Amino acid sequence: MKMARKKSTKRSRSENGADSGRAARPFWSGTLTFGLVSVPVDLYPGNRNNRASLRMLGPKGELLSRRYFSEKTGRDLDDDQMIRGYEIEKGKFVVVTDEELERLAPEQSRDIDLRRFVPLEDIPPLYFDRSYFLAPSEGSEKAYQLLSRTMVKEKLAGVATFVMRGKQYLVAIFPENEILRAETMRFPDEIRSPKEVGLPEEKKVPAATVKKFERLIAKHSDKKLDLKELKDEQTQKLLKLVEKKRKQHKDVVEVEVPAEERGQVIDLMAALKKSLAGKRKAA
Amino acid sequence: MAARAIWKGDLKIDSTKVPVKLYSAVQDQTVRFHILDEKSKTRVKQHMVNAETGEEVPREDIQKGFEVEPGTFVILEESELEELEPEASREIEITQFVAPEKIPPEYYDRPYYLGPDGDQAAYFALAEALENKEKEGVVRWVMRKHPYVGALAAEDGHLVLFTLRNAEEVLSAKDLPKPVGRAPDKKELNMATQLVELLKGEFNPKDYKDEYRERVMEFVEKKAKGHKPKLHLVKSKKRTTALDNVLSKSIEALKKQRQAA
Repeated sequence: MKMARKKSTKRSRSENGADSGRAARPFWSGTLTFGLVSVPVDLYPGNRNNRASLRMLGPKGELLSRRYFSEKTGRDLDDDQMIRGYEIEKGKFVVVTDEELERLAPEQSRDIDLRRFVPLEDIPPLYFDRSYFLAPSEGSEKAYQLLSRTMVKEKLAGVATFVMRGKQYLVAIFPENEILRAETMRFPDEIRSPKEVGLPEEKKVPAATVKKFERLIAKHSDKKLDLKELKDEQTQKLLKLVEKKRKQHKDVVEVEVPAEERGQVIDLMAALKKSLAGKRKAA
Repeated sequence: MAARAIWKGDLKIDSTKVPVKLYSAVQDQTVRFHILDEKSKTRVKQHMVNAETGEEVPREDIQKGFEVEPGTFVILEESELEELEPEASREIEITQFVAPEKIPPEYYDRPYYLGPDGDQAAYFALAEALENKEKEGVVRWVMRKHPYVGALAAEDGHLVLFTLRNAEEVLSAKDLPKPVGRAPDKKELNMATQLVELLKGEFNPKDYKDEYRERVMEFVEKKAKGHKPKLHLVKSKKRTTALDNVLSKSIEALKKQRQAA
């Protein structure tokens, strides 16, 4: 989602756009197809932002929100007072509307049509971008299970491209625990080659040097990835400091949080679980 | 044109060091739009305002707070945040090596190429050793005051360094319940297997192109010349999820395609 789009300008819950507040509803609803079989699905984000997101506050601890304002007039702008433009030359823009972007996508391009299945380990990680979960919707539980079970059994990932919210995505669908996970990928022209970067060409090196590194690799090789290595220590340190200050009643401020903001923080995990249990009503 | 290195450091295994330079491996091709003020068709900027009064709050008056419970914040001073910053270092420390499939795809974040910074023999020997052993290194380093966890891999004879997401940022399918619903029967599973087998192949990145990006750019260029390109209306289509004969029809259709090819 790298395209600069209209964002909510009013009272965003956190300054760096934590996903948690918007996770209750699916991110996107669409159709997965293989052969002539259609599987309506809901898409949920599979990554969440780090929990240690800090909120910006005023000098007395007042809640702040990020607002757009016009560079020319200095006036604050609401969502409906802003449009999207492509800069064709300095300061000159071609306006493109949401509807135009929507209509530029041919109908068949909106489906995730799995026209190719590849062995799970075939896709180089260079391509992986973001992760999403697909949950069955509109009574597609059976077709969903048929596809996910078949993919688990055959150890295959499905590959497709599709257009979502004004952007085409290359995507790989992985079956995991009979749940379908969508990994968006970079297009080949978005990945540089070593030559384009200007790296020197591969050289023949003395076998003894290679052997030395092979021994080092063998020495430090483990069967399993140590997930402790992936713990966010920085966040832990921050949380510790926060707890300490709170206990000492140091720099603690109470702020009235508007009612409409209170209900917003919904657990992504809970929404997904509900959806997989078939409890989400069809939209 | 050769890219510029964005960072320099030393890969470190025990006491062995391999000096490297870091380059971005990604060039984003997304069509970039700017947000504009509708009235003046000029760019917008952002500032922070008091959520209640709408009054602007200058940058120097802004504080950062962590919300410990709804409405209760603990303020953190800049100096306190600075103290939390990791110590600056030029070392990329390798903590373990694992088989590449042990690192789940959802952990991979951004790829960077590493290039040799002087000692080319050590650089290419490490890449070759990783390839021979079919391993990836799990690494840690500090870059621009931020601590990173990463994976070191060999790609076509060169070293690639991936930043990895923290465990807290990744939702795992293992923590989710299996989807409910009536399980497909044996006959359906057999047919679905046949269908998937017919669609099986290799992952060939060159088969995929962002055609939509081209359509958007074409549209923008036409509009820039003052044309008003016609667009199709979006229709919502009817679908069937009935499985019974859809599977056999799909298999038939694919087999015919194969024969014709």
